[in-house]
Amino acid sequence: MRNLGFLLQKEFRQIFRDKTILAMMLALPIIQLMILPWAMNLDIKNINLSIVDNDHSSYSQQLITRIGSSGYFRIISADRSYKEALVHIENGSSDLIMELPAGFERNLVREGKQNIGISIDAINGSKASIGGAYLASVISDFNADLAINQMEAPDYKTTPMGFMEINFSNWYNPLAEYKYFFVPGVLVLLLTMIGGFMTALNIVREKEVGTIEQINVTPIKKWEFILGKLIPFWIIGMIVFTIGLLVIRAVYGISSVGSLPLLYIVAGTYMIALLGFGLLVSTFCDSQVQAMFVAFFFILIFILMSGLFTAVQSMPHWARIISVLTPVSHFIKIMRMIMLKGSGFPDILIELGYIFSFALVLNGWAIWNYRKTS
Amino acid sequence: MKELWVFIRKEFKQVFRDPRTLLIMFGLPVAQIVLFGFALTSEVKNIDILIADNAKDIMSMQITDKIRANSYFIVQEKNIGGADIDRKFKEGSVQAVLIFPTGFSNDLMHEGKAGVQIITDGTDPNTAKTIENYLTNIISNYQREKFPSASLRYQILTEPRMLYNEEDNGSMNFIPGVMALILMLVCTALTSVSIVKEKELGTMEILLVSPFKPVMVLVAKAVPYFILSVINFTFILLLSVFLLHINIKGSVLLLYLESALFILTCLSLGLLISNATNAQQTALLISMMGMMLPTIILTGFIFPLENMPWILRTISNLVPSKWYFLIIKSVMLKGLGFQYVWKETLILVIMTTVLLTIALKKFKIRLQ
Repeated sequence: MRNLGFLLQKEFRQIFRDKTILAMMLALPIIQLMILPWAMNLDIKNINLSIVDNDHSSYSQQLITRIGSSGYFRIISADRSYKEALVHIENGSSDLIMELPAGFERNLVREGKQNIGISIDAINGSKASIGGAYLASVISDFNADLAINQMEAPDYKTTPMGFMEINFSNWYNPLAEYKYFFVPGVLVLLLTMIGGFMTALNIVREKEVGTIEQINVTPIKKWEFILGKLIPFWIIGMIVFTIGLLVIRAVYGISSVGSLPLLYIVAGTYMIALLGFGLLVSTFCDSQVQAMFVAFFFILIFILMSGLFTAVQSMPHWARIISVLTPVSHFIKIMRMIMLKGSGFPDILIELGYIFSFALVLNGWAIWNYRKTS
Repeated sequence: MKELWVFIRKEFKQVFRDPRTLLIMFGLPVAQIVLFGFALTSEVKNIDILIADNAKDIMSMQITDKIRANSYFIVQEKNIGGADIDRKFKEGSVQAVLIFPTGFSNDLMHEGKAGVQIITDGTDPNTAKTIENYLTNIISNYQREKFPSASLRYQILTEPRMLYNEEDNGSMNFIPGVMALILMLVCTALTSVSIVKEKELGTMEILLVSPFKPVMVLVAKAVPYFILSVINFTFILLLSVFLLHINIKGSVLLLYLESALFILTCLSLGLLISNATNAQQTALLISMMGMMLPTIILTGFIFPLENMPWILRTISNLVPSKWYFLIIKSVMLKGLGFQYVWKETLILVIMTTVLLTIALKKFKIRLQ
């Protein structure tokens, strides 16, 4: 036990001696938390629309006005032909083309039916498809409100039959703000990068510089050495986490709906798992560059598969299995559950169980794999 | 010229000697292409929906069947009320709840209208919106079938057309971005590290005192990574064509020329970083940790640039991968020719020239 005390003293001294690394660990998360959510905004607004109006009738004008005032679209051009409008899609200034055919109003009134062509730049993924759906719903609202539909009520005398009214409600995020969803995930991401890289680098550095030999020849036990490495980084990780929560609250006004102690229990367990990962990487690598590359490789996969950017649920089966095998995805899920919905301990039990198992397996593997002899 | 050849051979040997570098160089693209291509999709699928059918009559059951038949939904049925719904959401076991009131069919037939309630887990607003759209479609289609007279007499129908991506191949959205990301990170990191490593090990001194011109040392460093990156690019291209079934619409030659230009830009950036630093760790921190997030974000392939505040949009103009991304999208997916991408190409040429000039100017031939 006394040995451990000395080791901790040594580690803390080393950490505080290197001011740049310390500053990076503490300042980087704050800066990134300030910038990232502004940048990573998937709110679908300002969809750029090109309109080709071949009709120039009062209906087509009304429809265009209606679309313009819906708040989702920016009408960037009114073109004379589809070909002209396509140029805007080609140079990327427009996402959608709406083409109103000649005789739009006449056909609608005479035949009771008229098609409108919507062309979507499908390369621009979610924005375009959600944009197309918005446009369709604006058009159908316009359609329902059309004077002729209102005046000439259906033929039967009394009330119309079979009208289904759909009421929507969005719980937990009634304003549909994307940042509420995203910001807690970013905090997890930052914690992961710091925790994963720093431990791996720290131990490999001892190997590279050769000081690990000196520790190996002392009577210090394996677990003491490893604990001596883990505890300081665990404390730093928790400080970063606290700073992150404060920043989130101050800048974005997001405070946890659920219990804060529970959040800390999860974060603490997660940090242990993550440090175990860093440790494991360090036992396989001999130089800092190698450790960095290996950690980078895995962390990139962790991030992509974690559900931070795209929903895990939409992935194919095999990918969801990979996702289950990454600790990050569980923590992000729990963060969102606790912070946004206020889930309690029983709700997160399974996810927490996963993180706990990761902590056990990764650390156990690392200790088993760590050799005092080279 | 002969010396240059010898030096290039030395660099190649060094690269191939380190399997971990090769893992990053060729393993990363494979992993990313597979993950991005198959796993990451902006579509919403496998939606867990809970249907609370308080009516249990013919129409509510028919609608439930329609939803069940839709491949996007995984249906559970249970009659629950307010607090239980909250609990279900908190557990995370459902994403949406659809509630039929008692006497649903009856109200529809006799009162002429009836309401259904849809509650979504709004923590992810985009998913919630998409689920709403899906359900509205299903229900209104049913309504149109069942009560043709209730629908509007004058109908405007929309005909959506997916340009450039008729088969709705989801991986198309990501491929150009992944290409830009991989080339940018791998080229820059490897180049910068390879030079700094020589500095750290002290072998730089040996290179500098050789009769070889100092600038040629840099050239010899850049050439192997240039060749490897082009091979890497070919590799990514083959993967996306054969694995992800992307068809290249534009000219392959143009694609190669533009990519070669972009690789040059990244190499110059790597050289610049290596000049500015003396330790591998710093070089890596700058070229990987420092550049990864800006590249992912400011390239614009996951997050639309136009949503960002103007400061970030301005900064994004300085990120080479943003321009390369635009070029690749136009040439590869839209099949446009050089006249559509000359502006972006020019910007990359200017960036490369500036970066290279600074890198060469700052190259220190003395150690201290």
